[in-house]
Amino acid sequence: MLQFVFRRLLQAIPILLAVAGLIFLLFSVIPGNFASTQISDGRAVMDAEAVERMNRQFGLDQPLATRFANYVGKLAMLDLGTSFRTRQPVWTLIGERLWPTMQLAFASMMFAILIGVPLGFLAALRPGGIVDTVSMVTAVSGLSLPKFWLGLMLMYLFALQLGWLPSFGYGDGALRNLILPSIALGVAPLALLARTTRAAVLEIMNADFVRTARAKGMSERRVVQWHLARNALVIVLTTVGLQFGSVIGQAVVIEKLFAWPGLGSLLVDSVSLRDIPVVQGCILVIVLFFLVVNMLVDVLAAIIDPRIRYS
Amino acid sequence: MKLRANLVIGGALFATVVVAGALAPFLAHTDPVMDANLMNAEVAPGSEFWFGTDAQGRDIYSRVLYGARISLTVGIVSQLINTVIGVCLGLSAAYWGGWWDDFVNGLTNLMLAIPSLIFALAIMAILTPGLTSLLIALGLTNWSYTCRLSRASALSLKSQGYVQAAKVLGYGDIRIMLTQILPNILGPIIVIGTLGMGGAVLAEASLSFLGLGIRPPFPSWGSMLSDARDQITTAPWISIFPGLAIFMTVLGLNLLGDGLRDVLDPQSRARTA
Amino acid sequence: MSGEALLKVDNLRLDLVVGSRRFGAVKDVSFSIGRGETFGLVGESGCGKSITALALIGLLRAPLAFGGGRILFKGREIQNLPGSEMRKLRGNAISMIFQEPMTALNPLSPVGRQIAEMFVLHKGATWHEAERKAVEALANVRVPAPDRRVKDYPHQLSGGMRQRVMIAIALACRPDLLLADEPTTALDVTVQAEILELIRDLSAAQGTAVLMISHDLGLIANMCARVGVMYAGRLVEERAAQEVFRAPSHPYTGGLVASLPLLGARASHGRSRLKEISGVVPAVTAFPEGCRFNPRCQARTEICIAEDPEETALPRGGRVRCHHHA
Repeated sequence: MLQFVFRRLLQAIPILLAVAGLIFLLFSVIPGNFASTQISDGRAVMDAEAVERMNRQFGLDQPLATRFANYVGKLAMLDLGTSFRTRQPVWTLIGERLWPTMQLAFASMMFAILIGVPLGFLAALRPGGIVDTVSMVTAVSGLSLPKFWLGLMLMYLFALQLGWLPSFGYGDGALRNLILPSIALGVAPLALLARTTRAAVLEIMNADFVRTARAKGMSERRVVQWHLARNALVIVLTTVGLQFGSVIGQAVVIEKLFAWPGLGSLLVDSVSLRDIPVVQGCILVIVLFFLVVNMLVDVLAAIIDPRIRYS
Repeated sequence: MKLRANLVIGGALFATVVVAGALAPFLAHTDPVMDANLMNAEVAPGSEFWFGTDAQGRDIYSRVLYGARISLTVGIVSQLINTVIGVCLGLSAAYWGGWWDDFVNGLTNLMLAIPSLIFALAIMAILTPGLTSLLIALGLTNWSYTCRLSRASALSLKSQGYVQAAKVLGYGDIRIMLTQILPNILGPIIVIGTLGMGGAVLAEASLSFLGLGIRPPFPSWGSMLSDARDQITTAPWISIFPGLAIFMTVLGLNLLGDGLRDVLDPQSRARTA
Repeated sequence: MSGEALLKVDNLRLDLVVGSRRFGAVKDVSFSIGRGETFGLVGESGCGKSITALALIGLLRAPLAFGGGRILFKGREIQNLPGSEMRKLRGNAISMIFQEPMTALNPLSPVGRQIAEMFVLHKGATWHEAERKAVEALANVRVPAPDRRVKDYPHQLSGGMRQRVMIAIALACRPDLLLADEPTTALDVTVQAEILELIRDLSAAQGTAVLMISHDLGLIANMCARVGVMYAGRLVEERAAQEVFRAPSHPYTGGLVASLPLLGARASHGRSRLKEISGVVPAVTAFPEGCRFNPRCQARTEICIAEDPEETALPRGGRVRCHHHA
């Protein structure tokens, strides 16, 4: 088991490094830089000398290879650099935003899992039945909804019209504030999980070992609980891990809509201000988060499924 | 039965959007950008303005029609780019193997590790907002599934008799890939492409909503919603109609993709979506 | 035999349900198995032998459905038993081994636990007792180092080992009847003999009757005293095994016997080439009128196309369903 975890960790490192390299390259080819954007946007008045001073200060006047070496060197020391805008270490900025984003991601995934998985399960028990048809129509609709629009509509209905919940803001992490953004963000993974669970259960329902279980004289209930559920869970788990990634990605829009002080809104703000170190830091942390969640999911799957453990 | 319902409803929804976009100049009541009239600001939906007007007094019905053009262009073109990239990389990796295969595999894993909206956002950050940038950003970030699929199918087809036979006949590598392998994996690729188109329409709307895609005053559904947010209490219709339009388009594409999957690729499961 | 029969199948009909239409996938099949007897069912794939076994243990799934007839087990009709009653028999009094040992075991459970389940389900044992008995059961099917093997997962075992585990599961509760559906088809030839020997020895020791199903007439003849030959959902011939070999009565059986590779003395002065029966088994939805074998039969006449033959008793025992039987 430990060996499995270790191997998984080793696999994650090159991906993280490659992501770092890719992001660095991407932002090194930008025409123009932070200083010149500030001028052209009219956000700051700077003369050529000031631009040069700034470039020197951030080491932007050095050749690309040197800058990349510096960047990786700093990364190895877990230093993400300094924000162009606030002159604070990127870690500090990200640190403030990390918890709200994780709260949002976990809450929406919980919402998606708790409703989507049972829904897919029920649908699979009677394929073609009413529950199946209704839940699959709901699922394909859920997948097609633009999240920010759903958020906007939820906000309009439950906050502005009914006044049950706050319309936006973090509210110091109160549960009331978390509900609407989590639902808006969780509907798509919910729909996908319902579909995946249904497909997984249907597939396993016809597996030979389920027939063996029946031939043993087990009650249908026991067949489902002991043999079907666990096997379907392994398949569903993988989808959960992958969906975490897309939830963190999509969180950008929802955080912006609900004025949620997470990584996503930090990322969007930094992109529009061309605060490159912060952008790079945010993306790296998001990818890291995604890799960690997927690793945990894999470990969980390996605990349940011995074939993964030994492969 | 269900199979046909998917195709018919999906096809009808998508066709509606295509027709709306294509015939926008004839169907629209006003020019979507120029006809601002503050005298008509925030008029509720009615006989004169079917979907109401926005804060600048522009006819939302006309703007939604023109919005279809942007969404469809982005959806179709970016997905075509993705498909071409994915198929080329996947086929060549499977066919040539070796270091190229390792490289493509690594690249695919890399793409899968970065949430695609984040990646598109990063690319938009270095380009100037606009249609071309959007096409590049969305066209470069969503090819990994197509690539994996083409690679896997090509690997299993490579050893089959008729591909070997083509080799013996002296066909060139590229000719074999295009004439012997590609036609056999076209079905699943079309399915992924259709579903991906829905994703691209959603991504365009998201980026425009964040102000990083199509910028106002051009009538992208996403940027219309971004404008509408401030008037949600006084004029909710400004938000409702563009959102419904996105929903309809994406639902149509998803149903179409599901329906095509049932027809073209019966073995695969809903999981790959 | 009928008075003491353990299992008596009487005019069994099984339907393939397609929409509102029902096709007789198995029709008018009757046979009986005595206590401790080994009876063989032989036929090409698609002839209905496997679904007959599934019907006996109450595991038919859509699109297949029970269509008529009676199944008497120890004199009791079981074809319409409620689920809870049938479950008490299943695995306990009647158990089954399947063809695919690679997929028939749950990949997520240690094999010992999958055997132990039987004692918990049917004998009211605690898990602790059951796990101990599972080691014995595994030793019984001649698995080396059973106390360690019980902790193994199916993917760690070879096909032959898995099939031994399946046999241990099936025989755990000392059933009266074991249904063995092509138990060795998916295995290596060398392993096949061991598995068959195991089934024969254990069933003899426990007094378990066996319904052995196979497409391999040679295997059936080796294992069984009596043989039933199925073709396209019908039992076309039912006789003592040696008789079937010596003087097949139905043209289809004749074809099967002729297609067997001959070994030793008989081969040296016998036919030098294997014969095969031309054509293929028709699909359930397209069974021909009259005798179902008529399109492939070399002895076909008008009546074979016009009339479905009745079962005829043979003078030396057994039955045949043919207008022109030998």
